[in-house]
Amino acid sequence: MSRIYTVKNKLEESRLFINRIIAAFILILLLTSGLIVRLVYLQIVGHEHYATLAKDNSIKIEPLVPTRGIIYDRRGKVLADNTQSFSLELIPEQIKDLDDTLQRLQKLLNISDEKIDQYQKQRKRQKRFTSTPLLISMNDEEIAKFAVVRPYFPGVDIQARLVRHYPYADLASHVVGYVGRINEAEMKSLPIAEYRGSTHVGKIGIENTYETELHGKTGYAEIETNVQARAINTVNSVPPIPGDNLYLTLDIDLQKTAFDALDKYNGAVVAIEIKTGGVLVFASRPGFDPNPFVIGIANDAYQALQSSENQPLYNRALRGLYPPGSTVKPFIALAGLEFNAISAEHQLFCPGYYQLPNVSHHYRDWKKGGHGSVNMTEAITESCDVYFYSLASTLGIDRMHSFLQHFGFGEKSGIDLSGEKTGLLPSKEWKRQQHNQSWYPGETLITGIGQGYLQVTPIQLAKATATLANKGKIVTPFLVKNSVNTEDSEPEKVTPTDNITIKSENINTIISAMINVIHDPHGTAKGISKNINYQIAGKTGTAQVFNIKQDAKYNENDIDFKLRDHALFISFAPADDPKIAIAVIVENGGHGGSVAAPIAGQVIKQYLEGNNEN
Amino acid sequence: MKTETRSEQFHPPSVLGKILIRLHIDIPLFIGLILIALLSFTILYSAGSQDIDVLMRQAARVGLAFLLMTALAHVDPYQFKRYSALLFSFGILLLIAVLILGQFGKGAQRWLDLGIFRFQPSEMIKITTPMMVAWYLAEHALPPKSKQLLVASILIIIPTLLIAKQPDLGTALLVASSGAAVLFFAGLSWRFILAITAMLGGMTPVLWHFMRPYQRDRVLTFLNPEADPLGRGYHIIQSKIAIGSGGIYGKGWLGSTQSELDFLPESSTDFIFAVFAEEFGLFGCLGLLTLYLLIISRCLFIASQAQDTYSRLLASSLAFTFFVYVFVNIGMVIGVLPVVGVPLPLVSYGGTSIVTLLAGFGILMSIHTHKKFLPH
Repeated sequence: MSRIYTVKNKLEESRLFINRIIAAFILILLLTSGLIVRLVYLQIVGHEHYATLAKDNSIKIEPLVPTRGIIYDRRGKVLADNTQSFSLELIPEQIKDLDDTLQRLQKLLNISDEKIDQYQKQRKRQKRFTSTPLLISMNDEEIAKFAVVRPYFPGVDIQARLVRHYPYADLASHVVGYVGRINEAEMKSLPIAEYRGSTHVGKIGIENTYETELHGKTGYAEIETNVQARAINTVNSVPPIPGDNLYLTLDIDLQKTAFDALDKYNGAVVAIEIKTGGVLVFASRPGFDPNPFVIGIANDAYQALQSSENQPLYNRALRGLYPPGSTVKPFIALAGLEFNAISAEHQLFCPGYYQLPNVSHHYRDWKKGGHGSVNMTEAITESCDVYFYSLASTLGIDRMHSFLQHFGFGEKSGIDLSGEKTGLLPSKEWKRQQHNQSWYPGETLITGIGQGYLQVTPIQLAKATATLANKGKIVTPFLVKNSVNTEDSEPEKVTPTDNITIKSENINTIISAMINVIHDPHGTAKGISKNINYQIAGKTGTAQVFNIKQDAKYNENDIDFKLRDHALFISFAPADDPKIAIAVIVENGGHGGSVAAPIAGQVIKQYLEGNNEN
Repeated sequence: MKTETRSEQFHPPSVLGKILIRLHIDIPLFIGLILIALLSFTILYSAGSQDIDVLMRQAARVGLAFLLMTALAHVDPYQFKRYSALLFSFGILLLIAVLILGQFGKGAQRWLDLGIFRFQPSEMIKITTPMMVAWYLAEHALPPKSKQLLVASILIIIPTLLIAKQPDLGTALLVASSGAAVLFFAGLSWRFILAITAMLGGMTPVLWHFMRPYQRDRVLTFLNPEADPLGRGYHIIQSKIAIGSGGIYGKGWLGSTQSELDFLPESSTDFIFAVFAEEFGLFGCLGLLTLYLLIISRCLFIASQAQDTYSRLLASSLAFTFFVYVFVNIGMVIGVLPVVGVPLPLVSYGGTSIVTLLAGFGILMSIHTHKKFLPH
């Protein structure tokens, strides 16, 4: 310690310290005076005001729930709105024996135990003076029954509430989604202040993704009540701010066309407006009626939906995983051209099967006897498997992986819906990590025709098709056009201008081959070329659901419906100036050309010809 | 204060006086603390729905805390000085340990499970931080130079950030102000004080970054209670109703209607002042504030009489921090400060803060009763 103490220092220090003690004491007195001033203000000046408030707790603060925003399609047709309905509500504070009251109500109105449980759960997280619904959407009979005995049920009343309504029911259920009662897990993650008084929250679909915008801001009212706790006067209130109305890019009429065209099949149709990325059709069949979910679906009805073999609750367009089958071929062919692995003119002889060197296994073509000598355009037009086995073998899995990745295979499309699946784009690296196995050459071959590990979702396939039609300019799909209250404003979102660098001569080769698929007499989807004054570019696909033994014969009529091949079709139109891209997947539909392509044809026709009328 | 000084100098050597000197107890401070403790039991009985168990548990804690205070009063202040750095470092290590392997209490990592009992290192830091800063500054000539100021600031910021990270904003605030108080009493120039105040203003966004969502909610609620009148703002609104309805004379003991009917949340802990104000009115509040002021005055007096720099700085900082405690709690209950988790000292239900507070008073008594030589 190099410190030298002098007497002068010590005295100086003491003096300084005493000064500080005095300063601190003055500060303490000042701050305490501040507290006293505030106490005087509360207890003398404000006493009368606060005494009134405290008396019998006569002031209640009640939340004013905002009206949920309405969801419209691109032309202003209502997809989700709020309708007036009557609900039976209880205020626990005003009920002497709640259990007894609930029992009597249960007997009177035939309420299920489930509903009572639901009510109890909701009640426990509300203040005792908050009115909480027991029954939502009461029918006339229930209202009449209760009206007669109402005097015997203090604290129970019929209230008019707004209930979410979905006019298109199962048609748009997988896009719009639905709202349901807030559960305990949601209670923890939602901003509590904003949800006091709110009973419902978006569970899936747009209702879920855009919950914040749709919900609005909760207001409140300070209500003066009398001894019986009846409201007599509103002292002060802040009105709620209603939620935003949302305009989707979806065209509900087009959606209906696609949905109806799927007919008896399960499947999905996704159509994208290429210039913007706006999703025109997002159909998943079967759908389900979301309306019962709003008022609390009965357990057995829910079980029935859950266990249904057709899985109506399953969002096929967003989460369905399918092998792309031959629809992947245009992308593989483009990869071949871009990597200079093959030239478009190169001729390959197809004997109906392909063999790897020194392996006896026959990789078969769908066409027994083969296609003969084919170049790239013919291989795409006729969907020659052998050509693509050979090309895949030349490219190798890792080059295919890196090229397909650019088009969004194996990645979420980025659409504004939650729960999207990523699909699966295999690579050597992936197989080592996932299965701890090395990659086999045979797996490269079947990846080349869209089988094997490769899995895509319909939205992914539609995005890849749109990007191809856009000549490599990446299209990112989205559903919500804007959240303003005018329907004719332009979409706010602009597709990001990420580019895949592709030589235009290469892409033109692929597109003209895809035009041949529809407009060439040998094309696999030539059936949809009739009566149209524009050209469609497309590619059919047939995806195997199960493997057929090496020498067995696939006969559609022999096998169980559920094991039949999936039919796929991707396309865009008009081919020279693409406006719409579409991906169709028909589960167990058989051939892409005969089942999936006509669905796309109908949607394209309605979109292009309908648009001309506008 | 003059009379007190005199009684100090001409202490009558009565038998009781001799015993108390042996016990190293400062009588005025002791009486003040006992009064507050009794007052606490009275109000806890009312706020805790007249539950005798609540009272017994609190009495046991207070008894234990008084024992600790007496024990610490026996320790020579030189020992506190000697072990300051060691205790401080140990406290910091415990804080880091809590952050790493801490048990979850109320969703925040504050506790360290020592097997027999659970220990909250941030409580210990409330005392060891001023000890450390006082020890460091006392090693150098006062007022502190910029280099010492820098080192002292680091010594304060480390525990403050560690506690804020837990997250326990109330305790972090108390630790920071206990350290800052040492600097103030050490004679930090007014210019520096102004500069630091300005700097802290600039630090607000950084602090905001460290806050958890619930802490941000509280600050936002304070700035605009109407933003969430049914949630966070509800505490403040109900608390104001309780206090205001008490009026000048109050509703009388056990007369609180707001806490009875569960309208006032946390009525036994952080918001107990509202119950007190409702039952005893403005007069009661003035009485309670006077009692607090008397205790603080006595502590400042003890600091002014201390004989070495370390003792002075530590004693005055403990006294001032006690005031900060009172001010922050009452300020938040009456709605002039944001809601941070600071209990009303010696009155709120709950053990940890009482033990730390009385340990601080023990140190003050030790400083006052271990003088090496008489003044003059």
